[in-house]
Amino acid sequence: MEYIVIIIGAIFVNNIVLAQFLGICPYIGVSSKVSTSIGMSGAVMFVMTLATIVTYLIYNYVLVPFDVTYLQTISYILVIASLVQMVEIVLKKVSPPLYQALGIFLPLIVTNCAILGVTILAVRPDFDYTLIQGVVFAIANAIGFALAIILFAGIREHLDMVDVPKDMRGAPAAFVVAGIMALAFMGFTGIV
Amino acid sequence: MGNLKIFTRAFIKENPVFILLLGLCPALGVTTSAGNGLGMGLATTFVLVMSNIVVSIIKSQIPNKVRIPSFIVVIASFVTIVSLVMEAFMPALFDALGLFIPLIVVNCLVMGRAEAFASKNNTFKAIIDGMGMGLGFTLALTLLGGLREILGAGAIFGLTIFEGDGMLVFVLAPGAFIGLGYLIAINNILKKTTEN
Repeated sequence: MEYIVIIIGAIFVNNIVLAQFLGICPYIGVSSKVSTSIGMSGAVMFVMTLATIVTYLIYNYVLVPFDVTYLQTISYILVIASLVQMVEIVLKKVSPPLYQALGIFLPLIVTNCAILGVTILAVRPDFDYTLIQGVVFAIANAIGFALAIILFAGIREHLDMVDVPKDMRGAPAAFVVAGIMALAFMGFTGIV
Repeated sequence: MGNLKIFTRAFIKENPVFILLLGLCPALGVTTSAGNGLGMGLATTFVLVMSNIVVSIIKSQIPNKVRIPSFIVVIASFVTIVSLVMEAFMPALFDALGLFIPLIVVNCLVMGRAEAFASKNNTFKAIIDGMGMGLGFTLALTLLGGLREILGAGAIFGLTIFEGDGMLVFVLAPGAFIGLGYLIAINNILKKTTEN
């Protein structure tokens, strides 16, 4: 039951993009086509899950025992950056097709605040997650990101063909659409 | 490019939020009020100026291959300083900004200026660029925060302007997107008129 609460909460109620404003850069930047947004979602899910496992272990078995939790930000970002680099090298060797699909998105992920945000949230004392719960939380957030960006890309493909006022074309219209999507997601408030 | 131009271009012509679309996560996430927007903007400005200074000083020492990780370490150190100082002296603002303080590290604006400007220019120019971009960012966040506070709560910087309930939607998440969309459109018009 607690897992269902975590999953529904992360995907719908506190959607990482539309309610928490994390990962807005890829949300706006790589959502002009559905196919690229699917690739980006795959890369985010992969890295977010791995990064949460690694940073959870580092936080609880290195930072807390040595009482250096103020190094959280700096150690997390280094771990994420090197993890992304490693994933890129391993994927290239082990699974070229997957590398073809995700490759160009991987370097972008280092500065995706959704990853750093979720890894920090997963060890927040008021959540008190176990490792499994943390991983479920990360996967659910990645699904929430995928849901938001793929739906948005679908809308944006159509938005290009619509006659919007000249000064609203491009980014402004996209933001208004995102606002309406966020409004729709607010309907989920209170279900868990 | 003259120093004054480097400083002022970030306000309208190359505004980091409205034109370059950088640093959108904090721009949307913390701007529930003008005060929060201002606080976040100034914190980011500090990190931006300091990291620009350090990056422009050490640029010739770091090998090209490891420059991005080195920049990240520099930025993360200043973010940690800001976070500790803010927690000690401005606990209310620290709570309001919450998760977005550590996330200054991954603000693409800070990284972008280090990579695109500070690593190629001298320290003096890097400071001016950091100040300009930081204040342009602050301006955008304060405007968006002010817009949302006026429409959503009928106040600005906590001072009541009109009584009664505002449009709650502007304080909540959707208002951030819609407000920013219209501000970008207004900025586009301003940019066009200043160019003609």
